Amino acid sequence: MARVKLIEIAHARSGDKGDTSNVGIIAYKPEYYPILVEQVTAARVKEHFKGICFGEVERFVIPNLHALNFLLHKSLDGGGTISLRTDAQGKTYSTALLRMEIEVDDSVARDIGVAHC
Amino acid sequence: MTRPIRVANGQGFWGDSLQAPIEQVRRGPIDYLTLDYLAEVTMSIMQKQRSRDPRSGYARDFVPMIEEVLPDLVEHNIKVVANAGGVNPEACRDAVIEVARRKGFAGKVKVGIVAGDDVMDRLDDFIARGIELRNLDTGEPLSSVRSSVQSANIYFGGRPVAECLGKGGQIVIAGRVTDTGLTLGPMIHEFGWAEDDWNKLAAGTIAGHTVECGAQCTGGNCLIDWDTISNAADIGYPVVEASSDGTFVITKHEGTGGRITVAGIKEQLLYEMGDPREYITPDCVADFTSIHLEQAGTNRVRFSGITGFPATEFYKVSVSYSAGWKAVGSLVYAWPDAFKKAQAADRIVRERLERLGLKYDEVLTEFVGANACHGALAGPPPSDIAEVVFRIGVRSQDKRVVERFTRELAPLALNGPPTVTGFGAGRPKTEEIVAYWPALIPKTEVQPRISVIEA
Repeated sequence: MARVKLIEIAHARSGDKGDTSNVGIIAYKPEYYPILVEQVTAARVKEHFKGICFGEVERFVIPNLHALNFLLHKSLDGGGTISLRTDAQGKTYSTALLRMEIEVDDSVARDIGVAHC
Repeated sequence: MTRPIRVANGQGFWGDSLQAPIEQVRRGPIDYLTLDYLAEVTMSIMQKQRSRDPRSGYARDFVPMIEEVLPDLVEHNIKVVANAGGVNPEACRDAVIEVARRKGFAGKVKVGIVAGDDVMDRLDDFIARGIELRNLDTGEPLSSVRSSVQSANIYFGGRPVAECLGKGGQIVIAGRVTDTGLTLGPMIHEFGWAEDDWNKLAAGTIAGHTVECGAQCTGGNCLIDWDTISNAADIGYPVVEASSDGTFVITKHEGTGGRITVAGIKEQLLYEMGDPREYITPDCVADFTSIHLEQAGTNRVRFSGITGFPATEFYKVSVSYSAGWKAVGSLVYAWPDAFKKAQAADRIVRERLERLGLKYDEVLTEFVGANACHGALAGPPPSDIAEVVFRIGVRSQDKRVVERFTRELAPLALNGPPTVTGFGAGRPKTEEIVAYWPALIPKTEVQPRISVIEA
């Protein structure tokens, strides 16, 4: 097994609706998708965004796109025009989520060129 | 089977590339040019403009753009669908007609409008009849902010756009039509899709979602392999090649920059997504979990298999209201100890605001270069970081305390931590906060108003 950052196996895009941001993550390969489903849970994402997201985190699966979508409620300081944040629309939360560490087995580690431990 | 149509997007928001719509018309064949100008906050800005000048309140950039491309539109019979009308589609139409006549196109072009979305004058009537327009996020009734409301608009879908095209409109100027409706409308018009043909309406809606942000589906703001996206300076905006059976291809004009791949398209599909099985528009409910994507050649991604569900009984209403005041300012601190200096400056400003007895709903500090985007997830900045931007903002219902705050940053140039710069732009600006209030209203309460006249 190896611990790697999510960015090694997924890409992402994020956006906003009011004070809720959405973060979508997409597996680089179909075979990585089950890793996302198993490890990137709503609870872990909530914990990951501690200090940023003050509401619930909802997760949706999109198997046909090998993707997950997260809604981070109360994460934009009021959102839109109310927010005082630089990133009032959560545009950079995409890569913030890709900082999360996950565990991958040795074959995946080899695949992405990470030395296993 | 009707031949496929080519629907181009040339504007992802008001402020997007001025050149994109012109390039979309000239650099390859298209049947429709769609332009999305409206965001929630835009409507309130336009409402204010109209209150000062009854002939304003629409996306002004639209008129010179039409002036530029009108000969091409007429020659190639390209139709335009834009929500450039803002809160005053009639005035936008009149300006376009004036331009058309001046350029010698009198009698050669028909301009239509889709209006009736502006319900500002009907709010009290709604409330009196028990339509509370409760906030979809908080559940509060609109009456709680009624006196601060600045604009109120219904989101119409693609159906009234199709109707306007059906009446012969070559340039269709809409008020608050959904971004997706601008693309779906031409498909309904061309292919005669029925009101309950949910799968096809969902397909057209998903096509609209894909292209509504312009180049964000052709390689713009694309994370995957972003550094090898070619010729970004000449990025091509998207074109939908739509077929009557509900399948479509997203592509762009030959010779333009950017990149259209399945992976990049997936990113855009996820943008601003909620529940992927319930993408609700006035036209239908689209199911994003039904989409099948395949690469169908270079810079071509084909969509198929899309399913949809019946539309709801409601329209969404977008209400904007005045919600206080804010100001944000910044200063730049240089090496050495850039981060520590910025943190010291923050403590000083906060202490001074406190000594002055000023109270705010919120005071928010960010250190750009260290943690503004990703917060604690970014970890501590390197100890020898070259520079850090100290950025601080305040929010209050009281304009005076916000204005007083704007005087508290510049003095730090002389009386705070050293090696500070970046105050050249002057004091922070005090801005009115116009907040957004999403609500639902029964569809039976409002009717789009559609008309077409010849230039």
